[in-house]
Amino acid sequence: MNLLAIIGEALRALRLNRLRTGLTMLGMIIGVAAVVLMLSIGQGAQTTVNQAIASMGSNLFIVLPGATSSGAMRQSSGSAQTLTLGDAQAVANLPSIKAVAPIITGTAQLNYGANNWSTVVTGVTPDYFKVRNWSTEDGEVFSDTDFRSAARVVVLGQVIAKNLFGDEDPTGKTIRIKKSPFLVTGVLAAKGQSLDGRDQDDSVFIPLTTGQRQIFGSQFPGTIRFMMVQGKSTEVMEEAESEINQLLRQRHRLAEGMDSDFTVRNMAALAAVATGAAKVMSLMLGAIASVSLLVGGIGIMNIMLVSVTERTREIGIRMAIGANRRAILTQFLLEALVICILGGLAGVALGIGGAWAVSQAADMVVVITLGMVGLAFLFASAVGIFFGFYPARKAAALRPVEALRYE
Amino acid sequence: MASVQPDSSAAPLIRVENLCKTYSLDNGINGTVNSQVLYDVSLNINRGEFVAIMGHSGSGKSTLMNLLGCLDTPSSGHYWLAGRDVAALAENELARVRNHTIGFVFQGFNLLKRMTALDNVATPLLYAGVGRAESRRRALELLRQTGLGNFAAYQPNQLSGGQQQRVAISRALVNNPQLILADEPTGNLDTQTSGEIMAVFERLNREQGITIVLVTHENDIAAYAHRLVRLKDGRVVHDGGVTA
Repeated sequence: MNLLAIIGEALRALRLNRLRTGLTMLGMIIGVAAVVLMLSIGQGAQTTVNQAIASMGSNLFIVLPGATSSGAMRQSSGSAQTLTLGDAQAVANLPSIKAVAPIITGTAQLNYGANNWSTVVTGVTPDYFKVRNWSTEDGEVFSDTDFRSAARVVVLGQVIAKNLFGDEDPTGKTIRIKKSPFLVTGVLAAKGQSLDGRDQDDSVFIPLTTGQRQIFGSQFPGTIRFMMVQGKSTEVMEEAESEINQLLRQRHRLAEGMDSDFTVRNMAALAAVATGAAKVMSLMLGAIASVSLLVGGIGIMNIMLVSVTERTREIGIRMAIGANRRAILTQFLLEALVICILGGLAGVALGIGGAWAVSQAADMVVVITLGMVGLAFLFASAVGIFFGFYPARKAAALRPVEALRYE
Repeated sequence: MASVQPDSSAAPLIRVENLCKTYSLDNGINGTVNSQVLYDVSLNINRGEFVAIMGHSGSGKSTLMNLLGCLDTPSSGHYWLAGRDVAALAENELARVRNHTIGFVFQGFNLLKRMTALDNVATPLLYAGVGRAESRRRALELLRQTGLGNFAAYQPNQLSGGQQQRVAISRALVNNPQLILADEPTGNLDTQTSGEIMAVFERLNREQGITIVLVTHENDIAAYAHRLVRLKDGRVVHDGGVTA
């Protein structure tokens, strides 16, 4: 008995019932497409998170001022102005610290010609760009000299460059920030979304000193909004955290047992949480999609059972002319398997198409890997064998004399 | 049990001893009901014989036919086909026997729908493991022999009853069986076509020496056979000349 001939018989039977085969296959197509689509969206979310983490820079701490309290009312963390430029410089001298970037921020109106744009203006030191691992696409970031002299220079994010300048090259041009003229020294490379979903390219950077003296003004000159601190390596992060705590408590003259007036956040820990969340989401999407695959599989079993009953007489005839049980089993199992494999192929195509459509329509990152396509396909075949086996065995277990007598 | 004969070709092709068949039916009201259909049927049929089995409906002739065709198993008794004890054969061997040794012809033709005559005739060879090209060649040859060479590409519903039965006979013959079991092969055919079909059987028996066992309830069909076995209420009441 040869397998090829039996595959031929299975294909013939499926062709004879095109509509039914097509509808059964549809269940499989939708199931597989859902799995591919959900996996690619989940994988895309993971990739987005990973990119956001990578764009943040490695081995980062963020040191925020503590909460102010007036009476028993505690304000939000970061509302106090307890961190100073001096704190930042002191932290930079710690042995386990590679670099420190003190930061002040504010919102301001930008003008260039007739265009204007309101955005976050961030005052930073030149080290900020090293800590963030952020390079320019065009021109240069400002220099230490600019920082020390509080020069009116600015580095633009991609979004700002596009919105103020359009196709023009911003480098060397002058824009106005709160009506003061600033020379554009360069445009930063695109960075994308941060972990909290902010568009990091929608911002401009000026020297911290310039910001303090000329743009924002401050009740307490020399205070900073927060600082980014980069540890020397992943291994020294714990050590670095305790060093920062110790140093700042000492500088702020906090006695034993008093609450700190600042917070040190390890961004690596935060990243781990975000990665974990993305993984869970990915898994959940996959699980939901598998349910539809399961439903498709049950559809196949259902239709195969009907088919076996309908074709009882055919099975009887085949047995009478010499088909053994294995041949009957193989034929019906192959019918289920062919539905699954063809449905799987179409489902993979539909899933990839759907993922593309989602990425276009919702501006989401989707990732399709060969592995997930293979997985969906393998899963589909397994469903076919699993749900096709029972009806096929039922067909093969028929007694020839009874099958022949069946009307 | 002496299931193997010293010389199987000299032994009867069919040897049946005290065959009984009881059907158990669970009718759901008073539990299992047994109804015996065959009582101690014993029968020898030699190679080359042409035997008609007659009887009224319910006489057990179809049950006997199913047992002889290895489509069903007896409740008790023994059946040796070509010297082999059928009871000792496994499922796969029974399928092989049905494929190689026996050719079936049914009253309702039992062709596979929506398959060409050629594919219908070739199907037993598929289960015998013969290659596709060779199968089709042999199938076409048989269709030509039964006068259907021009109808190879037709599907059963495009053929007349007589033509369908010829296709069924071709299918029965395709694997060179020693025995043809025909269960009321002319039951659905008019008199003239019946005569033509019976002529085919007669020729197969005479020219190729194929053993033919035929179930019928028509005397003029039974008249083509050389020996008559008459069943009544599950028992053999006559075994001998056709004119009885």
